[in-house]
Amino acid sequence: MTALEWVTGLAYLIASTMFVVGLHLMRSPASARRGNLLSAAGMVLAIVATFVYAAVTFGGNWIGWTALAVGLALGGAFGAISARQVKMTDIPQLVSMFNAVGGGAAAAVAFADFVHRIAESAATGAGEGHIELTVSIPIVLDVLIGAITLSGSVIAAGKLQGIIPGKPIVFPGSRILNVLMALIAVAAGVLTIVLPPSALTLSVLLVAALAIGVLMVLPIGGADAPVVVSLLNAFTGLAVAMAGFVIDNQAMIIAGALVGAAGTILTLQMATAMNRSVLSIIIGGFGTGDTVAPAGGPGADAAGVRQISADDVGIQLAYARHVMIVPGYGLAAAQAQHEIAELAKILTDQGIDVKYAIHPVAGRMPGHMNVLLAEANVPYTQMLQLEEANPAFDTCDVALVVGANDVTNPAARRPGNAVSGMPILDVDHAKSIVVVKRSMSPGYAGLDNELFSNTKTGMLFADAKGGLADIITSVKEYVAN
Amino acid sequence: MFTNLALFVLSLLVGFEVISKIPSTLHTPMMSGANAIHGVVVAGAIVIAALADDPAGYVLTFIAAAFAAANVVGGYVVTDRMLKMFRKPDRPAADAPKAGQK
Repeated sequence: MTALEWVTGLAYLIASTMFVVGLHLMRSPASARRGNLLSAAGMVLAIVATFVYAAVTFGGNWIGWTALAVGLALGGAFGAISARQVKMTDIPQLVSMFNAVGGGAAAAVAFADFVHRIAESAATGAGEGHIELTVSIPIVLDVLIGAITLSGSVIAAGKLQGIIPGKPIVFPGSRILNVLMALIAVAAGVLTIVLPPSALTLSVLLVAALAIGVLMVLPIGGADAPVVVSLLNAFTGLAVAMAGFVIDNQAMIIAGALVGAAGTILTLQMATAMNRSVLSIIIGGFGTGDTVAPAGGPGADAAGVRQISADDVGIQLAYARHVMIVPGYGLAAAQAQHEIAELAKILTDQGIDVKYAIHPVAGRMPGHMNVLLAEANVPYTQMLQLEEANPAFDTCDVALVVGANDVTNPAARRPGNAVSGMPILDVDHAKSIVVVKRSMSPGYAGLDNELFSNTKTGMLFADAKGGLADIITSVKEYVAN
Repeated sequence: MFTNLALFVLSLLVGFEVISKIPSTLHTPMMSGANAIHGVVVAGAIVIAALADDPAGYVLTFIAAAFAAANVVGGYVVTDRMLKMFRKPDRPAADAPKAGQK
């Protein structure tokens, strides 16, 4: 082991430690930002160490270094600009695009290494140059996973952005095409490993994997797209770890595995919170996409519910002691997070205790609602997770549900229906319940919400933004006196 | 080889352990932060740049570098943007940065 290898190894060890400690600091909002900065510092260290090691060990030539520099400058600028300009509601799409490029980069690294090995063995006259299994297997896995992630993530981002229809896209023969592509990919992968190395078989694998990525994500409903983004995040991590095996880079192996684990856990948690299995999401055809409630008043089912006016809600809130706000995706879709924060602030200033009960899948991805509320200046101490929120409903005077549906349905406690077993917020335990909703249309599960017909519940039929504005006006009148 | 495989498996276990303790409040920034960490693939782009000696190598280097840099820079920047919005209640609201500005 040369001195340089020793120093590089040490730098990777320090960088990896910083990644782990950085993630660890994300346990609390107070230390999370420091954690991310620590992780970024570790990244700089790993990159500098790799650069010195590669330049000294392999030398390289000016064309290669120029290609690297230009690529880094363009990609870096694109990343920085899109990261600064993205709206907080569009975060899931951006994460998906970063997955796409990360997976693509990992596949490109394996492909380049493979082509380089072929050229090298041809130059040394080895002819039937053979690549050891410890390298060829990771190359095949890297190209497969990386390419699936690249095309799949672009489709997922397109669905989230609304460029590609959110509803599951299934065309005649798509399943057969899927199986066919999978068989081609397996065959090309096996041939790449057993035959004398050729760029042809690896190229076939690349194309088949790109097709699999597209075919895998198209049939998935828009509502499930965030789960897929999380899954593809895990894929990218694994692809990067495979690339680390290919070029024998420990920093990439460790970091890739960390992300693979993170993505996997988050995917499973999301699936649990949505009461779906990961398998059924992948098979697809469920989520119908962003269902837009039909415009106009309440539907025919509104007969059994009690309608109330914004003024009634204003009185209830102004004279409450404990208020729990239950925000859902409808709130984010209507861009009403600033209105809800304003209402909460007026109440808090009156000495009323206001908290937010946030279901794990409120918003577009887990924790997304917290980011949207933070953007609206809501302190994180007011945001309660499911486990903290549920006991608090017992002492809550008014629960204000805005844009949330299935996650509040008490039917989940009974077996035998579409939401059975799903973790829900115990909104029905509150003394009084107000639901702001445009109509009686059911949520993704396609089930009537029993909370709406509860005798304690008053329905305010309005869109989130307009309804909250009316409530704010009304509350202001009562607190002014 | 076996050392690398051991590193891989142990890192997976560490990842499971660390991530499962993160509260759901922070899941979006955590996912975005993990997303930035896989930008370490930039190291791979550097290695293939040093090895490249034919047109295919240069093109792949360029693609890998551009993709990886977008991932790593964008990932850390957007995570930081999200995390600095999380504020405590006692700080005046005027202190909290507005979205879209840095």
